[in-house]
Amino acid sequence: MTPVSDIAALAERYDLVVVGAGPAGLSAAARAADLGLSVLLADENPAPGGQIYRAVTTTPVTERAVLGDDYWRGADIVARFERAAATYAPRCTVWSLTDDPAAPGTFEIGLSLDGKARIIGAAQVILATGAQERPFPVPGWTLPGVMTAGAAQIALKSAGIVPSGRTVIAGCGPLLYLLASQLAAAGTEIVAVLDTTPRANWLKAAAALPDFLRSPYLAKGMKLMVATRAKLRFVSGVTGLAAAGKDRLTEVEVARGGRTETIACDTLLLHQGVIPSVNLSNAAGCAHDFDEAQHCFVPRVDSWFASSVEGIAIAGDGAGIGGAESAALRGEIAAFDAARRLGRLTPEERDRQAAPISAELERCLRGRRFLDLLYRPAPQFLSPPRDDTIICRCEEVTAGQVRDAAKRLGVVGPNQMKAFLRCGMGPCQGRLCGPTVVELIAETRGTTPAEVGYYRLRPPVKPVTLAELAALPATEGAVKAVVR
Amino acid sequence: MTSGPRSADVIVIGAGIHGCSTALHCAMRGLSVVLIEKDHAGRHASGVNAGGVRQLARHVAEIPLSDASMEIWHRIAELVDDDCGFTSDGQVMVAEDEADLEACRDRVADLNLRGFRHEEMIDAKELRALVPAVSETCPGGVISRRDGAAIPLRATQAFKRKAESLGVAVHEGVRVKTVRRDGADWRVVTDAGDFLAPRIVNAAGAWADRIAADLGEPVPLEPIALMLMITAPMAAFIKPVVILRGRVLSFKQFDNGTVLIGGGHRGTPLRDENRTILDWRKLAISARTVWELFPIMRDATIVRAWAGIEGRMPDDLPVFGPSARHEGVYHQFGFSAHGFQLGPGAGAVMAEIIATGRSNVPIDGLGIGRFPQAH
Repeated sequence: MTPVSDIAALAERYDLVVVGAGPAGLSAAARAADLGLSVLLADENPAPGGQIYRAVTTTPVTERAVLGDDYWRGADIVARFERAAATYAPRCTVWSLTDDPAAPGTFEIGLSLDGKARIIGAAQVILATGAQERPFPVPGWTLPGVMTAGAAQIALKSAGIVPSGRTVIAGCGPLLYLLASQLAAAGTEIVAVLDTTPRANWLKAAAALPDFLRSPYLAKGMKLMVATRAKLRFVSGVTGLAAAGKDRLTEVEVARGGRTETIACDTLLLHQGVIPSVNLSNAAGCAHDFDEAQHCFVPRVDSWFASSVEGIAIAGDGAGIGGAESAALRGEIAAFDAARRLGRLTPEERDRQAAPISAELERCLRGRRFLDLLYRPAPQFLSPPRDDTIICRCEEVTAGQVRDAAKRLGVVGPNQMKAFLRCGMGPCQGRLCGPTVVELIAETRGTTPAEVGYYRLRPPVKPVTLAELAALPATEGAVKAVVR
Repeated sequence: MTSGPRSADVIVIGAGIHGCSTALHCAMRGLSVVLIEKDHAGRHASGVNAGGVRQLARHVAEIPLSDASMEIWHRIAELVDDDCGFTSDGQVMVAEDEADLEACRDRVADLNLRGFRHEEMIDAKELRALVPAVSETCPGGVISRRDGAAIPLRATQAFKRKAESLGVAVHEGVRVKTVRRDGADWRVVTDAGDFLAPRIVNAAGAWADRIAADLGEPVPLEPIALMLMITAPMAAFIKPVVILRGRVLSFKQFDNGTVLIGGGHRGTPLRDENRTILDWRKLAISARTVWELFPIMRDATIVRAWAGIEGRMPDDLPVFGPSARHEGVYHQFGFSAHGFQLGPGAGAVMAEIIATGRSNVPIDGLGIGRFPQAH
């Protein structure tokens, strides 16, 4: 692996550009380099690992038990990548991915590194941009003191920082237990874990139970769940949540079994599962479908994780949530196919080499459906019933405003909603409001999220400064002149 | 098959701001109207343009239509029950040097001779007062004080909703396959069945050449994709919309502090796929121009860039008015990336021509007959 810290040192084009250095991206880049492709792995973080293995080579948290064995497995994936002949650009933000009109079938990628922007070419692209937390819009979620559980995890992994004061963790999903156990082990004072998993989900998930019982999730998950439940105060069957406080969070209101209880706290961590991070794939024009089981928009991919745009593949949780182990396997599979598209592998050779990995992937994903069905959030946590709940934090748009526009102005989709309320037009590009806006429109108009569709996202997928853009070399020839 | 009437007095093809405005004004004149749109109202150029409501620097052939339109813009809420986000803080054309300024003087003198008074010269002092952030080296410019800006998709949808409330049958998501004569009527064949009317309006924007060709009036329309980009909110520093005399740039700060940068650099339109490809190297040219002229913008962050698909004619003038070949066919397209301001007035004039056969607003020089192959 060759690290690059100066954008001018990047090649003009690569056989393959991989975006994101989580398990999928690291594995894809390593495999593709081993197959002889020229590979650039671009990632916006300072160190490899992505979200799940964030800072695995640099974390100040050295007590192995705090983050758990699964976390430290990431070190092997990073080590393998470091041995591969790929170029690695950390702190590098990819903000645009478009077809190259001058060379149809290949791509132009806009990226920024250390305050400078450049456009480079790629014959193949693998997006390994992973997942983001599903928005969890409850009243008061914009108060200081409320944050997502994932944000708390970033602080823990990258800087060894844990929330201060009395902490409440609320929501649902397998990661909720993991985070509660990691934070508790790191010394956080957790006063309650509020479980919003709807009780009815157990019935819905029952049909998928047999697969789950044979899956690797089971042993791991149960152990974690039992251990965490034994140590912490667990409140299940929570049907309503609101963060309260004047200038900052002082308490959380919990509705349960028809009664409301108040818990005093200093920090509230919200989490109701993860969904694919679709901004780059969406802006690149890849088709997305609404996945009913995971209840989110997911890029349309084939069994090689190729998207609807020829030459762009999507590996890892970005192609539908499957977890860290499956992400690494998906990255490998996508890399085999990239090599086949470039003529470096025959289809037969690709199939032969990928077969054991595909089999492992299937084993790895067994039982996923059970988790998807069990931890599907309750409707009131997807489309907030209270009209004054803010759903777009960038533009401060409320649930009531979206309902009103859908009803009174006949707004049928999120793209039109932008023109009326500006939701989705702030710097987050809809990451925090998109799923909720879709839910609210669907609910108000009596239709489904699949029918409503999602935002058409625009580049730059991550903000780029005017200065970076103004300094963009006018032609590739000019870049060469500078490099010389 | 979609529900609603299959025949009407008028069928309008295309629900951009022009199609919606013409449909609305026809309905106000008591005509029954079917409005057909392949996507949704304002999906393309009408919904994603810069929102400029501009008379400044228009070709003289368009000024009468533009005048009619400006009257409507200044009372837009009375017409469509929505202010469309319209604000009027003027538009200013900046001269970057003495040669630019001389050209501005000639232009304003020519307009005055023709009896148009909406453009006025301003000196360096007034320019700096209106646009404090502009570079010290600019010697002056031209202002059109009644100009301003609106929110494009909101405006287009307001016209659609008002038209619908007056009985216009709006069919969105319905694609016109072909148009042909059927006795005294025109038969508009769509993927949702046929529609019949004695009069049809071709307001199909970047796709209008296909309808025109079907009617035996081929035109040299070029689909184009004009690129725009917008910044994160910045402290308020500019009220009017600013355009440059000599370079491709337009510039507008909204009330929420975001700054829209556009002006005319083009990406690649893929009109059969309903999408565009941005050209960041050209957007970088806009960024450099802004960097030079507006030092205050040097810390700005670009959060979004996009392009809409529009139809451009070789002379940059719209095709507006009755067909050169057929009774009952009217064209309203090819606005060449400056049609948004014209929409409200052009719809009123078109409805008048359809209903009465004539209009007092001159439209000379805009007919389809100016393209030889259309005869």
